[in-house]
Amino acid sequence: MTSIEHAAALLEEQAPPAENAGERASWWQVAPMVAVLTLFFGLPMLVVLVVSFFDFDRSDIIPAFILDNYVELFTREVTLRLYASSLKFALIVWAITLLIGFNIAYFLVFHVRGLLVQIGLFLLCTVPFLTSNIIRMISWIPFLGRNGIFNQALQGAGITNAPLEFLLFSDFAVVVAYVHLFTLFMVVPIFNAMARIDKSLLEASRDAGAGRVRTVFEVVLPLSRTGIALGSIFVITLVMGDSFVVRTMSGGQSASVVSALQNEVAALQYPPAAASAVIMVIIVTLMVAGILRLVDVRKELAR
Amino acid sequence: MTQATGSGQVEVASVTKRFGESVAVKELSLTIPHGAYCCLLGPSGCGKTTILRMIAGHENPTTGDVRIGGRSVVGLPQVERGTAMMFQSYALFPHRSVLDNVAFALKVRGVGLPARHNTARELLAKVQLEKFANRLPSELSGGQQQRVALARALITNPKVLLLDEPLSALDEYLRLRMRGELRRVQKELGITFVHVTHTQLEAIAVADMVVVMAQGRIEQAASARDIFVAPRNAYVARFVGGQNVLSGTVESTMNGTAAVAGDKGARFAFPVGDIRPTRGSKLYGSIRRDRIGVEKVPPGAKPAGGLNSTVGEVHTLENQGSYVKVTIDLDNGEEFVAHVPDDAFFRSPLDIGDKVEARWSASDVMLLDDGPIALEPAAAEARVASGD
Repeated sequence: MTSIEHAAALLEEQAPPAENAGERASWWQVAPMVAVLTLFFGLPMLVVLVVSFFDFDRSDIIPAFILDNYVELFTREVTLRLYASSLKFALIVWAITLLIGFNIAYFLVFHVRGLLVQIGLFLLCTVPFLTSNIIRMISWIPFLGRNGIFNQALQGAGITNAPLEFLLFSDFAVVVAYVHLFTLFMVVPIFNAMARIDKSLLEASRDAGAGRVRTVFEVVLPLSRTGIALGSIFVITLVMGDSFVVRTMSGGQSASVVSALQNEVAALQYPPAAASAVIMVIIVTLMVAGILRLVDVRKELAR
Repeated sequence: MTQATGSGQVEVASVTKRFGESVAVKELSLTIPHGAYCCLLGPSGCGKTTILRMIAGHENPTTGDVRIGGRSVVGLPQVERGTAMMFQSYALFPHRSVLDNVAFALKVRGVGLPARHNTARELLAKVQLEKFANRLPSELSGGQQQRVALARALITNPKVLLLDEPLSALDEYLRLRMRGELRRVQKELGITFVHVTHTQLEAIAVADMVVVMAQGRIEQAASARDIFVAPRNAYVARFVGGQNVLSGTVESTMNGTAAVAGDKGARFAFPVGDIRPTRGSKLYGSIRRDRIGVEKVPPGAKPAGGLNSTVGEVHTLENQGSYVKVTIDLDNGEEFVAHVPDDAFFRSPLDIGDKVEARWSASDVMLLDDGPIALEPAAAEARVASGD
């Protein structure tokens, strides 16, 4: 989950500058976080960076300064394929979670009357998070399997004659699991951003003659973009950094960049794994930076 | 967009609005003539904003009808009503430039970019903001934002402009300037303005017609002048604030004047015109604060007493420049306010705690229409006819 931590670190940098009067106090306030990040994120990253230039043989890593690990990474045809696959999943899952997340947040903020009901429904959204990711994901298997509940229901209803094969151990299953696991990461920030929209803006839009849909595109969507950006960062970094879901739900047919990296670690090939990790961090950082370029999160949050 | 004459007339016909259990507006009827500047005045929660929102189409009446230019508009979308609303917080789109905010309604109507920007620029010029066209609303001051909101509301050439507490977010200086500005714009455009406010002086300053509301009902709908000098009942007299309310029971009526006995032996004369209230019935009257003379009662001396006077102790003194507001605690525990012209006051100044006697002339007392007054039947009708 290095990518997620990195996103967090990036957001940390985006925090508004301290005011002169309380500057010293605010330095002390950030000090514990700085210490934790330096110790548990900065130093390990440095180690990874150093190791990525080391040489290795069957059993040992040998201190050196060679570019072989990177050269091999960039010349292997499989690298591109893995990144393409991870990016494909990230993009599909991002689009679906955005669509679902935006609609859930919109419903909660603009359609649910009464704060209590709103909070209740919001908590309901988080209930699945009381169980572990793994259990929530594995529970799809008996549902989507060849003789799973879904296939049996379809056949029982006479909609299909034979079980649908693509449901489990396929890209479809991977996407289903990702969407299930990560939609909430989209809902929460968008909900947050939307809740800050002055309701009279919607009325002003209606007053100007815009219909409901037009109002969503002209007013709600642009004013929710901070939330969309933050949610996108969460979802994309989570998908890019995942190995377990893709491996389990595809039945080993698909791999991700991180699962390939894990294989190398398992084979004690630390230097190439480190090189792979460094490239991965750079790519995810660039993606996050791209999102933050599109939406000035800091400015919007200070609004 | 030319409109037929009279098309800006707003009619609220026996409208009731309920929100769940609570009733915001009760069987309310009101006609605002075309081209009038109408203020809905009342304390918060009196239903004035609900009326405005029903005219705008942001709420629908539970029962009753809302008509604009003679046509029922209940259930119609905002565009077909010919109304535009200016929101209390202005509701400017924070992500759009001033120009795009003003042009928004035209964008929604499918007007091309150059055309709508031209129209928006003309309106911005009208409110002296063309220099700020490319700024974001957050980069403007409150007064400037308010003018942007005005320009945005006017871009569709509405027949009726609805203003929800338009001046409440401004500081005193801007508030006074903007209310003059609103009045000027309204005269210039000749369209109907409906302006919701809880500030009495604001309503009286700008409006042709003031509607005083309380608890979902209209207490009085009349010209600004009448609201101030001839309040219909004690509520209006107290709320509008330029009056003191007197009350007592009738002792006798003679030559259009009723002798009324108040608490603690005070006696008033009420001009009652053609009415002949029966002896013992309760009457309410009002006396303008600036028609009262205040005299100090020297310690130990007895107040002169007599008709049309009341005795009390000075509670607060507020110098308002051209007059001094003297608040008197009456012996019966009520509060009585006199506006004493500055020159008269400073000729013989009062102090807090002084015992004073307030006097006025019977002809300045206005009869109020409060409570069930026992009247002789023929006279009751005459009063209704002359009262309105």
